[in-house]
Amino acid sequence: MTDLPVSRALPSPVAAVLSLWRSADPIQKVAILVGLTLVILALFAPLIAPFDPDAQSLISRLRPPLGFARAKAGYLLGTDELGRDVLSRSLYGLRLTLMLASLGATLGLILGGALGLIAGIGGGRTEAAIMAAVDTQIALPFTLIALFLLAILGSSIQVIVLVLGLYGWEQYARIVRGEVKRMMTMPFIEAARAAGAGPLRIARHHLLPNIVSPIVVQFTLSLSNIVLLESTLSFLGLGVQPPTATLGSMVGVGRDFMPTAPWIVIAPAAMILLITFAVQILGDWLRDGADVRLRAR
Amino acid sequence: MLSYTLRTLTRMALTFFVIITIVFFATRLSGNAVDFVVGEGITSEDRALLIKYYELDQPLFTQYLAFLKSFTDGQFGLSFIERRPVSQIVVERLWPSAQLLLSAMGLTLLVSLPLGIAAALWRKSWIGSAVMVVAFLGYAVPNFVMAIVMVLVFSYWLNWLPVVGNGTPWHFIMPTIAMAGVLIAALTRFTRNAMLDVLGQDFMRTARAKGLPESRVILKHGLRNAGITILSVIGLQVAGLAAAGSVVIESIFAWPGIGDLLVSSALRRDYPVLQFGVVTVALAVIVINAAVDLAYAWADPRLRHSVTA
Repeated sequence: MTDLPVSRALPSPVAAVLSLWRSADPIQKVAILVGLTLVILALFAPLIAPFDPDAQSLISRLRPPLGFARAKAGYLLGTDELGRDVLSRSLYGLRLTLMLASLGATLGLILGGALGLIAGIGGGRTEAAIMAAVDTQIALPFTLIALFLLAILGSSIQVIVLVLGLYGWEQYARIVRGEVKRMMTMPFIEAARAAGAGPLRIARHHLLPNIVSPIVVQFTLSLSNIVLLESTLSFLGLGVQPPTATLGSMVGVGRDFMPTAPWIVIAPAAMILLITFAVQILGDWLRDGADVRLRAR
Repeated sequence: MLSYTLRTLTRMALTFFVIITIVFFATRLSGNAVDFVVGEGITSEDRALLIKYYELDQPLFTQYLAFLKSFTDGQFGLSFIERRPVSQIVVERLWPSAQLLLSAMGLTLLVSLPLGIAAALWRKSWIGSAVMVVAFLGYAVPNFVMAIVMVLVFSYWLNWLPVVGNGTPWHFIMPTIAMAGVLIAALTRFTRNAMLDVLGQDFMRTARAKGLPESRVILKHGLRNAGITILSVIGLQVAGLAAAGSVVIESIFAWPGIGDLLVSSALRRDYPVLQFGVVTVALAVIVINAAVDLAYAWADPRLRHSVTA
């Protein structure tokens, strides 16, 4: 562990990323490349997709992917029950799924992080109340809460982002509170306080920089869970409403056509698998990286 | 032990109360539920009648008290759509859910305990790595994707297994496997880690030094001690995962359980059913957590015999 390039000085972001890349094993490198490809596909979906994802064509319904009998030229992955291009819908679905997941994960991070900070610094009754909320949240399966909220508030994009944002806040709150409590006893905090720094300044300049690495790891792990959650909700018909494509709703609607047109389901399902695989492996890799840096310090 | 039990039960009751309160007020956030159900084209007199019937015209706090009271009369109100007592609708769903849950838990224990122990014993060989790959797949493959692939292969292509309902033992196979997937992943990892912790302990060396056969050392001294940790995980993680899984799996296989009921009542905006269904599942999870908490305390002699804990 001692021969790592990260030692006393905090490494610059670029150097940190490079050293992390070098520490990755071949499987992890594949996962990183897959993840990057998916992000690029999602970002440039409007440029890459050959068709409008919602454009219907009644004469070319349920055509199989290229290479099969009855395939229609130009439709690489075939068409769905309304004659829409499966490839274009998958790309736009990927785009929306990743967008919703990153918005949701960010919201959860902000909410949970803030509550964790308040609990950790505030202490006393505030802390007790926040931690009681954390315990309640942990005790309940989140799918249940999401189902309930979406039924009540309706499945608009705003509500979906809000619901996804509520996912995992308790994990951030726990991590941040734990780290804050641990650090509040350290001499450099005491020194800052003696120098006249208020709670806000201590939080921004002294606590946050030290909590970044466990937070990044948690963020990655919850990102893959949120992709799963969004896909599950859309699959059940409670997420993003038709005709807008998300990967989950494509699988959910396509399953009715599975006996005759399995390709409608296979493409989006494969994309969901690629996302969760890549992000999970990425999360493990970041966690190991964060650990190594902690040990090297 | 007694005070520990009391504290666990109090916490359980408090959590439950908080949940029913949140459930009640959240349902009232969305305006008048009647409008969702009957839609347009209803005369305003009929609408007023419906509102009066469901007591939606009362002040919020009165409604809240009535909601709390409905937990004591055993009916829990009437379904908007089926027009029968909610309790009836929910109760007939409980047993099928319990059946599926038990069979999934059974499969999980059967698979993940041996796998986890094997992965710990042969950590550095290919067996250990293979088990960890299986555990990873269980986490990364969403249950609905797993379910759909199984349906595609075993029902549509091979025509071996039925897709819908819970009529015969054959109906159990795919839902059980789909539901157990993530549970197996979770429990295998925890069994492995718990066993790894135990394997390095002094009492294991002592047991071997006494000349006990290796199988006895592993099962009696190893697994028993690891079991305490595993038990706590079953409560905390597995109960939640199983509740979330049953929502998805039951709805895919049209399994007449409470998860399927939750999804259909959410899609139909049948609030009385949804409310009570959510509260029921939450209660089940809380009770399982508390039960495991107590079992954990009881199984751990240090906790059982201590006065204050």
